[in-house]
Amino acid sequence: MAIMNFVPTALKNLFLKPVTTSYPLEPAEYPERSRGHIRISIDDCIGCGMCTRACPSGALSVNKNAGTWEINRFDCVVCGYCVEKCPKKCLFMEKGYRTPDTQKATETFTKSPEVLAAEEAKRKEAAEKAAAAKAAMAAKKAAEETKK
Amino acid sequence: MKKRSIVPYGPQHPVLPEPVHLDLVIEDEKIIEAVPSIGFVHRGLESLTAKRDFNQMVYVTERVCGICSFGHGFGYCEAVEDIMDIEVPERAKYLRTIWFELSRMHSHFLWLGLLADGFGFENLFYQCWRIREKILDVLSLTTGGRVIFSVNKIGGVMRDITPEMAVAISEMLTSVRKELKDIVPIFMEDASVKRRLVGVGVLSKEQAHELGCAGPFARASGIEIDMRKLGYAAYKDLDFDIITSNTGDSYGRCYVRINEIFQSIDIIRQALGKLPDTELAAVVKGNPKGESFIRIEQPRGEAIYYVRANGSPHLDRMRVRTPTFANLAGLCETLKGADYADVGLLILTIDPCISCTER
Repeated sequence: MAIMNFVPTALKNLFLKPVTTSYPLEPAEYPERSRGHIRISIDDCIGCGMCTRACPSGALSVNKNAGTWEINRFDCVVCGYCVEKCPKKCLFMEKGYRTPDTQKATETFTKSPEVLAAEEAKRKEAAEKAAAAKAAMAAKKAAEETKK
Repeated sequence: MKKRSIVPYGPQHPVLPEPVHLDLVIEDEKIIEAVPSIGFVHRGLESLTAKRDFNQMVYVTERVCGICSFGHGFGYCEAVEDIMDIEVPERAKYLRTIWFELSRMHSHFLWLGLLADGFGFENLFYQCWRIREKILDVLSLTTGGRVIFSVNKIGGVMRDITPEMAVAISEMLTSVRKELKDIVPIFMEDASVKRRLVGVGVLSKEQAHELGCAGPFARASGIEIDMRKLGYAAYKDLDFDIITSNTGDSYGRCYVRINEIFQSIDIIRQALGKLPDTELAAVVKGNPKGESFIRIEQPRGEAIYYVRANGSPHLDRMRVRTPTFANLAGLCETLKGADYADVGLLILTIDPCISCTER
């Protein structure tokens, strides 16, 4: 039976460098795959809502018409399921953990005005095209009826 | 004249990592009987099956516990894959085995540290946790999370271990093995440590069998039971023996867990050497219909997963039987006749994970 056989290990520790990093003074290092927080490249988002349906904790909400994407960082469990589900691949898992806060709040991302305007114009154009096609169809039908 | 009294122990107690309450009937410092009660951290995760679909439940089950997290996600995936008859690619099976063994290693290091803390050896406690940190670093390098990996999905895994990562794991294993060898004599041979462990909380083989104990707790009493021998994931291709001890006391439990760390190192090395080159995940179509019952070996013992599905995205029932629940009966038996001062240590020797037990 040994007595005090921890002494060599303890003495060795006295002369070793600290194992921990003095975090606020030194920056924290994260590996490439680290699941820190979700980032969205909002201008690529099509507002399909796949991420909100996938989220196990219900932390996300999307408004297609207003062009906004909301995340409650306190509800998010950083599982990465939304990143996997996003059809446009505009969600990313980034390094660095969520910072502490004094109150629970959601973070809202809105599309830039240019993108919103472009989308609006596109929608208008599509609507005009549809209306024109409808009118053409109606005219064709009317022409066919008059022929009869 | 001996006097009986009842001492409430827990749920808030410095030695307890998680909340469990024991009513200890004592007679002068000796425990006559212990009555456990749990239910302080119940979160209703099993009932979430009604609200979350079967893919989301992978993430829910992973969050049942912070230490055996990988095992829970893995067991649930195995059960659903069994229902849906999915053939998981070989590489995914090996990767799952590697991550499972890494999490077993860090869980056992955590336990060794808590044990050292339990018998009042603060410095040894920090030594164990310092070594554990190396494993967590490798886990966060390969999966992105320190204890909750989120790499499992129905049909396989989401992330791969690249050759550089395999080298990092291998180097970590070498250094952990060396450092563990340095501290093993302190646990196994030091006079003061042995006094706290040898002959404390003896549970005979018959008692352990009758009370249905699981995992290292049962193996320390000489029961040769290890669910990994069932051959799920890649364990069927890997060579390992069941580690048992015949002492049945706290010393035996410490011996079994220390040797299981060495065994895990060996298993990971074998798995890394044999890593096949296939897809990471099988394609999954449709919803599960049927029921399945899976037994796996968690760091704390045998865990059982029962899943019943009805063909819709929402499961009918998901049930987890955790090893700590099985071991609570054994714990109460070991407490009988123990000194009051040993209660904290004895609770630690079953490696309690109350969050798993209550879900």
